[in-house]
Amino acid sequence: MALDNKIDNQDKPSIQDMIAKKKNGKNLTSITEKVIPVLLFLIAAVSIFTTIGIVYTLLIETIEFFKRVPVMDFFTGTALKPLSQNPEFGVLPLINGTIISSIIAMLVAGPIGIMTAVFLSEYASERVRRTLKPMLEILAGIPTIVYGFFAFTFVTPLIREVFPSVEATNILSPGLVMGVMIIPMIASLSEDAMTSVPNAMREGALALGATKLEVTFRVVIPAALSGIIASFVLGISRAIGETMIVTIASGSSKNFTFDITQSMQTMTAYIVEVSGGEAPAGSTIYFSLYAVAMTLFVFTLLMNLLARYVSRKFREEY
Amino acid sequence: MATLTKPNIKVKRQVISEEEATSEVAATTKQNVHKKTVYDTKDLNLWYGDTHALKDINLSIYEKEVTAIIGPSGCGKSTYLKTLNRMVELVPSVKTSGVITYKDKSILDKSFKVEDLRTKVGMVFQKPNPFPKSIYENIAYGPKIHGIRNKKILDEIVEKSLRGASIWDEVKDRLKENAYGLSGGQQQRICIARCLAIEPDVILMDEPTSALDPKSTLRVEELIQELKKDYSIVIVTHNMQQAARISDRTAFFLNGEVVEYDETDKIFTNPSDNRTEDYISGRFG
Repeated sequence: MALDNKIDNQDKPSIQDMIAKKKNGKNLTSITEKVIPVLLFLIAAVSIFTTIGIVYTLLIETIEFFKRVPVMDFFTGTALKPLSQNPEFGVLPLINGTIISSIIAMLVAGPIGIMTAVFLSEYASERVRRTLKPMLEILAGIPTIVYGFFAFTFVTPLIREVFPSVEATNILSPGLVMGVMIIPMIASLSEDAMTSVPNAMREGALALGATKLEVTFRVVIPAALSGIIASFVLGISRAIGETMIVTIASGSSKNFTFDITQSMQTMTAYIVEVSGGEAPAGSTIYFSLYAVAMTLFVFTLLMNLLARYVSRKFREEY
Repeated sequence: MATLTKPNIKVKRQVISEEEATSEVAATTKQNVHKKTVYDTKDLNLWYGDTHALKDINLSIYEKEVTAIIGPSGCGKSTYLKTLNRMVELVPSVKTSGVITYKDKSILDKSFKVEDLRTKVGMVFQKPNPFPKSIYENIAYGPKIHGIRNKKILDEIVEKSLRGASIWDEVKDRLKENAYGLSGGQQQRICIARCLAIEPDVILMDEPTSALDPKSTLRVEELIQELKKDYSIVIVTHNMQQAARISDRTAFFLNGEVVEYDETDKIFTNPSDNRTEDYISGRFG
């Protein structure tokens, strides 16, 4: 063998020689190696700078708004009449509308989402799972404007058929439809969390004589709780930020009420309405847009921070 | 340990091989009448899809003994163990034929409630698999799902089980802590305690020490010797010395068949099949 190699080496250059030749020949490679990381950093920085830019703009305009309207009036006012002779800028009706629509949405999405996840991860056969999961993902891909029209032209009339006292625009219908929209998100994230619970844990419980239901609810769900709660919080955050459905189906009356059969406005819908052309730049109503947007931003930020905290806190280590 | 097990073995001697001296056969079979079986396996065959994993298994497992199952990887020893509490059914494509009776009840019948069987037959796995809960909750899980809710009774069960698994002294001050904070050997004893908490008749152990260091292994082996007084134990092991040290009876599996099943002393000193001898002397496997 050794002899054969020697003969070979005389005929053609050794592999090491070829590698060395290639290395000397191309200085370009080493330049690319140095440039690429810098380039990648700049690209990654785009999103960071954008965020900083948005927060900066929001902050500047919000400060301008609070120079005209006292902070207390804004956060404790129950009346929002931006266009009246004596305009009032209480944000509570909007916060109320946002919270109520989110609660309705979560009442739909929470239970249905988690039950779907339980079915998919614990009970469905591989075949069923492979068909159902993509279908869920299609549901997640429907544009929200379609959901909005669905709420306005289908769900609301349906509700009014049963309860005629319900107004033509109300918070109930978009809340329910928003829930349907969030189901795939909760189902899919919770299912991921449950599927990643090691099988050894299920086996441990089964070997103690536990039924499948006991394994699911007393081992798998507790072990996946951090992921499940995180999916809930992300769902809430999605509901708070949802715009089109509530804009279309809940009208624009700025009632401060807890009656879900009435029209209410959410923070997002207010922004749509006002930025739709009624606000001349530099007017108080124009600046109110930023104050509301800032409030909304803080809301979703808090939700996302909560999601991170919760998923760390409730993690059952395994 | 040897002095402790030796006299017992003489009493329990059971004859399977026909090569045994006839006079001895008469004597031993007579003595064996008193030894009750917990499991009787008759003509058990098992397939994973098209793979014939267990072939015509005939085995009896005796009460309050340690039965070791040895054999090379893929010989079907773990599969057989999992058939005893029907955990093998978790594999979707599994098919069985033949009969296994547990205390005269045919357990492979679909009408037999598998939860009842597993309440009587505990299992300890190869890799420690405590639940991601506190030590206390790990032990109390079994009693709780079987309807025991009284806090005082649960406290007693937890202490008794942890003592039974000789880990009480190490964990009594940290019962509320997550079981995953313990070492591998401690986790395995927690799993044994979890199994003891519902007071089963049989404990199945699937290579319980293969993920443990030598010191922890020794502790678990000592524990098995202790548990033998109250429980019938079936243990699958890769470690032949372990089988020789702790078991009363040993079955040697090869390619899905039982090559030889006899008391441990006989298997390790005077096996009747050449393949057994080759395996225990390290010629293959």
